[in-house]
Amino acid sequence: MTEEIAIEFANVTKRYGSAVAVDAITLSIAKGELVTFLGPSGCGKTTSLRLIAGLELPTSGVVQIAGRDVSQRAASERNVGMVFQSYALFPHMNVLENVSYGPMIRGVAKAKARAHAYEILEQIGLKGLDMRLPSELSGGQQQRVAVARAIVQQPDVLLFDEPLSNVDAKLRRKVRGEIRELQKRFGLTAVYVTHDQEEALAVSDRIVVMQAGRIAQIGTPRDLYERPASSFVADFIGDANLISGQVTAGRFRAADLDVPLAGPDGAAQISLRPERIILSAGEGAPSGRVRSCTYLGSHWEYEIETGFAELLASRPMSEAPIAPGTAVTLTIPETAPIRVTDI
Amino acid sequence: MTPEELRDSRAARERLSWLVLLALAVLVLPWHQSLPAESAPIIPSALGLAAEGRGWLWPVVLALPLLVWASFKGAGGRLFLGVALAAFAVLLVQGFTVGLRGPAFDWLTILFPVAGQGQTGLGWGGFASGIALLGLIAHALALRGFCRGDRFSASAVVFIVALLGLFVFYPILRLALAAFVGPDGEVALGPFLTRLFAPEIWRLDCLTGGRRCGVVINSLVLGLLAATICTALGLALALIVARTSFRFKQTLRALSILPIITPPFVVGVAIIVLFGRTGLITGWGAEIFDIRPTRWVYGLSGILMAQVLAFTPITFLVLLGTVEAINPTLEEASQTLGAGPVKTFFKVTWPLLRPGLAAAFLLAFIESLADFGNPIVLGGGYEVLSTRIFFAVVGARYDLGNAATLAMILLTLTLVAFWLQQRWLGRKSYVTVTGKSDAGLASTLPFGLKGVAWAAVIPFVAFTIGVYAVVLLGGFVHDIGRWDLTPTFAHLRTAFDFEVNASGLQLYGSAWNSMQTTLLVSAIAAPLTTLIGIMTAWLVARQDFAGRNAFEFGTMLSFAIPGTVVGVSYVAAFNVPPVDITGTAAILVICFVFRNMPVGMRAGLAAFAQIDRSMEEASQTMGAGGAATLRRVVLPLVKPAVFTALVYSFVTAMTAVSAVIFLVSARHNMATAYIMGRVEAGEYALAITYSTVLMIVMIICIVLIQLMVGARRLGRRREFQGQKAPAE
Ligand SMILES: Nc1ncnc2c1ncn2[C@@H]1O[C@H](COP(=O)(O)OP(=O)(O)OP(=O)(O)O)[C@@H](O)[C@H]1O
Ligand SMILES: [Mg+2]
Repeated sequence: MTEEIAIEFANVTKRYGSAVAVDAITLSIAKGELVTFLGPSGCGKTTSLRLIAGLELPTSGVVQIAGRDVSQRAASERNVGMVFQSYALFPHMNVLENVSYGPMIRGVAKAKARAHAYEILEQIGLKGLDMRLPSELSGGQQQRVAVARAIVQQPDVLLFDEPLSNVDAKLRRKVRGEIRELQKRFGLTAVYVTHDQEEALAVSDRIVVMQAGRIAQIGTPRDLYERPASSFVADFIGDANLISGQVTAGRFRAADLDVPLAGPDGAAQISLRPERIILSAGEGAPSGRVRSCTYLGSHWEYEIETGFAELLASRPMSEAPIAPGTAVTLTIPETAPIRVTDI
Repeated sequence: MTPEELRDSRAARERLSWLVLLALAVLVLPWHQSLPAESAPIIPSALGLAAEGRGWLWPVVLALPLLVWASFKGAGGRLFLGVALAAFAVLLVQGFTVGLRGPAFDWLTILFPVAGQGQTGLGWGGFASGIALLGLIAHALALRGFCRGDRFSASAVVFIVALLGLFVFYPILRLALAAFVGPDGEVALGPFLTRLFAPEIWRLDCLTGGRRCGVVINSLVLGLLAATICTALGLALALIVARTSFRFKQTLRALSILPIITPPFVVGVAIIVLFGRTGLITGWGAEIFDIRPTRWVYGLSGILMAQVLAFTPITFLVLLGTVEAINPTLEEASQTLGAGPVKTFFKVTWPLLRPGLAAAFLLAFIESLADFGNPIVLGGGYEVLSTRIFFAVVGARYDLGNAATLAMILLTLTLVAFWLQQRWLGRKSYVTVTGKSDAGLASTLPFGLKGVAWAAVIPFVAFTIGVYAVVLLGGFVHDIGRWDLTPTFAHLRTAFDFEVNASGLQLYGSAWNSMQTTLLVSAIAAPLTTLIGIMTAWLVARQDFAGRNAFEFGTMLSFAIPGTVVGVSYVAAFNVPPVDITGTAAILVICFVFRNMPVGMRAGLAAFAQIDRSMEEASQTMGAGGAATLRRVVLPLVKPAVFTALVYSFVTAMTAVSAVIFLVSARHNMATAYIMGRVEAGEYALAITYSTVLMIVMIICIVLIQLMVGARRLGRRREFQGQKAPAE
């Protein structure tokens, strides 16, 4: 890789007593990149983020920021900005004081710190609110103050811990767009924690999928969706049909399913995205029977009984619905099955 | 400069400061308090002393170049930490092995003949080197990731642990040791056993018709009776306030702080004035019912009266909390199931009250055991542990060994009660409300019970009013003791006479001296207590360090140690090197700080539980270290806790007696000690006057503190993201 590395984890482990929150993670994040930590609750996302911030120190392993080993360095002595889930604005300081707090603490003259804070507030669209207390702002405005406060010091890395969980669903799409736009505009390296896979797919350059303190897979949103490495990733990102069967001579077989699949012979598991399954009424192979057909507005969702698995399929609205109970033939494009490891 | 360089330079600067302090301490400052005149060296520092033959100080001096060398090898390395720890250990070892009369081991005298002369307590140099070494240890630990690498927090932990060790646990250890020291200075089990099983401690003669029981029996009888009565009265008051349409709820709550600001002895004096042989009520009794006046008030009954008056407000507050926490829906459920009010009370309410009752009982029991002021005024021949300890140290037959043994017994009793109380409080969780209490109205008391409650409360209230009337009146009449009610300012004059003339303000009153000391000591102690208390709470609530639970337990434990025990333990520990600070004003301040610090800590813990810690974390990620975060973010948000801690520590410092009575000196006398002297001399009016003035001063100071601390600025809307809505 030629691009500069902003953050590097080498074998980082964090234990709380005997519980392992982060388990020997190795990872590197390039400068200017937005990387998302994604995973189910309790998988260690927040802990990983706090390890970057210095709010936790690793039990073992090395954390580097901008090429320096910061493993034992206090949060106050790293150059990171962080947006907290609760925003964590100081309730006894007004917006301006909140935003100029960091520069002031780091020794910038008060007037200069304020001028700089004004500038950021203006860029972020909070002009005129600078004398308000956080309790006098709307949730969305508070969120923006939190972001302003985090970027005012030009941090080496900007950290977000589920920044949108307090924003209502409608606004979420808009705000996440703003965050992405801001990150690009300022050329910031950002790490973003979420457990919402759609949010992760929408904002990230790369996604780190975590599972029980370990990294399950790292890749671009497209990589993860189209080429999940494990059944866990396939299932966690989007919907997936997981089918177990046997591979012999380049073909995967399970009951009457028979599709080409590369890789070694033997037991195998594949993931099949619901929208890649084409349905046509009538007998054929592989065959199935429609159990249910649900109208979801944007598409039809089918549950299909087959000899090898219970399948989920989704078809565009442009197709006519198939009534439950109908026998169907499944057509599976050659590129649709993805071989995944089992976990 | 990048933040990284800034950090490194800051760390280096801090390290350098500690090293400079250490250099000053071992090279320049006088190591000892004072030296035997014949051996006064030119430079009284550790270096000078070591060069003149006190070779046991060399390791302390050599620590300096070693540390400088190790810091070049890397201050975050093991070597640096190791050297600093070793140097601190050496400092302790030399202090404890070479005492006032020479070394503890003979071979030391052979090695260093001068050791035979002994050494006095540590002076500026000794203390400064201890501080510098602790600072360096904390510094090294932080660089190795202790307290998430925050140097301020690491220092705070190290210093608070060291202070608690020195001023709470070390004295207790010294005290325990003193219990084993025989008449010839030898440490042995024999003397301890003799003292422990002395008949005057455990005798049960009063039960078998003989004369007096042992002090432990006396203390236990008093404690159990006082706790029982206080709990019963506290419950009656709580039920009346919470479960009847009683209108003066707020007044009662406010009045319950009265005993806290009442100086000791004054209640005792008022009781004597009312019930003594020439007392007012006694007089009425003689006149109307022809009851022969006796001295019945001196002894168990008098102490009991005073303690009931003093501790019922405490049990009341605890039980009021418990009663109010009972979810009314439980009682409603019982009633809808067909149980009558009486049955509901005994089947539902009572079981829910039990843990609170146990807690209140044990609290009153602990207070009664620790009480010193009332037994000394009203005890007569009824001796309890705290007064016996006092007389063993202060009286004519000075016997530290005996005092220490008694103190250990008292400490054991208190700790057992404390432990039981913690267990009960731990289990009480099922009483508390789940969220805001749902609509339901608390059921009112069954009629009969209400009668019982009022019957208990009315005499108590009348008694309280009587006592405080005497207190308010006594200072401004001619002789309250003989019921001569001619108004006069004579007593006020005796105590606080002053004159403003050409040469400025002249203070003639006999009480000015102790008043000034008291105010000064309290004014210094209160902010220090608050600072250490809140900071300890912050460390416990927010920092993550090895040994945190032990740390919390230790600080809470220090609260359970009775004042008398603290007083004797300070006498045992700080009268001799290496830390010889008796007779100074500092020991008074220190005593208050470490006795009251747990209250500040509890207030702090309660406050921190309501504040989202991510605000502090945000401050840290923005570059603020522990100190700046504490000052700019934490303290402004916990102002109410700061206020509570300040007021409590100030008031307690003004009114405490049990511990300081051992520590006051002619130069540094405290108001309470002065009042005790007046009571002993029978000058009741003067004692009462002084107490009244103290109470007024305290109220003024509380108002001043309120003004200084100010209110939190949190904005118009009550709820906001950063802070959880405060629990009702
Ligand atoms: N201070 C702590 N003490 C003990 N265990 C902790 C602590 N903090 C986190 N853990 C544990 O570490 C694991 C990872 O926690 P973490 O907060 O990183 O999860 P997360 O992925 O952010 O989950 P969520 O999506 O629910 O926020 C969890 O099992 C959690 O219980
Ligand atoms: Mg989380």
